[in-house]
Amino acid sequence: MDNNQNADQPSVIRRLMPLMIFAVLAVFLVIGLNNVETVRDVPSPLINKPAPQFDLPLLLQEGRLTDQDLLGHVTLVNVWASWCFACRQEHEAVKHLARNGVRIIGLNYKDETEDAKNWLARLGNPYSAIAVDYDGRSAIDWGVYGAPETFLVDEQGFVLYKAIGPINSPKNIEGLLEAANKSGYIELAELLSRLK
Amino acid sequence: MKKILNIVFLAQIFFTANAYAAPVETFTFDSPETEKVFHKLSDELRCLVCQNQNIAESNADLAKDLRLEIYTMLQEGKSEDEIVEFMVQRYGDYVLYRPPFKPMTWLLWFGPILIFALGLVFVVRFMKSQSSASQPAALSKEEVERIKNLHSGQDGK
Repeated sequence: MDNNQNADQPSVIRRLMPLMIFAVLAVFLVIGLNNVETVRDVPSPLINKPAPQFDLPLLLQEGRLTDQDLLGHVTLVNVWASWCFACRQEHEAVKHLARNGVRIIGLNYKDETEDAKNWLARLGNPYSAIAVDYDGRSAIDWGVYGAPETFLVDEQGFVLYKAIGPINSPKNIEGLLEAANKSGYIELAELLSRLK
Repeated sequence: MKKILNIVFLAQIFFTANAYAAPVETFTFDSPETEKVFHKLSDELRCLVCQNQNIAESNADLAKDLRLEIYTMLQEGKSEDEIVEFMVQRYGDYVLYRPPFKPMTWLLWFGPILIFALGLVFVVRFMKSQSSASQPAALSKEEVERIKNLHSGQDGK
């Protein structure tokens, strides 16, 4: 009788094995289903590389804007469009940064010039210059998924961080803040932490 | 018969639906080879803004732009590798449906083999334990005695 009981014990574990495997798989499934957004967490291959070359017409003046214009200043390159709802959401934050001396260059992404101008007239223009990327080909060079996206570019024209979605989302503020702190941009870091 | 007809009908729905889902664009190619490369690339590159769709299947704006980009690059005489490199530089390895073979992706490539090997070990061990469990225990003296008796009983009849 004693012998029998001993023989039964491993078989209980064995019988529960499929259930345990199922439970583990179920946990993975739940995690997978809840992390659909991690797709966007894939880091940009541009980080710590020079910003892509571009040579685009300006939106509000004659003339052109090139990657050379990124040199010498810490710059936020903000990809936006008048048709982009989230761009409107982040606009106050973008204006707040600009008001406090952050240099922000706009990349008007696949937009109609008139619509873009009207949008700025209505909501305010925080940009020190805006380049027009009418067909979105320059945006491909930046690895843009959609608007809004914002790149933190250092004085040497190197990309330090890429924010996907509104710049004032908690995740983006966190990321930008970390990048700014790492590079010793104390004023920028202070401004960003106030956006929280 | 009816069953077969049903299956044919369902298959038709399935395939026509697929045909409609594919975006329609008219690109003209210099050669059938270029066209083949175009389709291969747009099949193998991920539409980044979609949930698990390739560039060929998607109607998303970005996918359209990337198709156009692939087409333009092919027209400029760029090779398949150059175009893949172009995409990876901008969007990372994530753009590839077939991840590259490098230390960071070893687990990805060898994972299935590893898991298969592990499974094999389990199966072999399971089979071994089964066969040893089914081996009848040696008969006790009593049992041997009983069998002998039974046999002798039969012989008697």
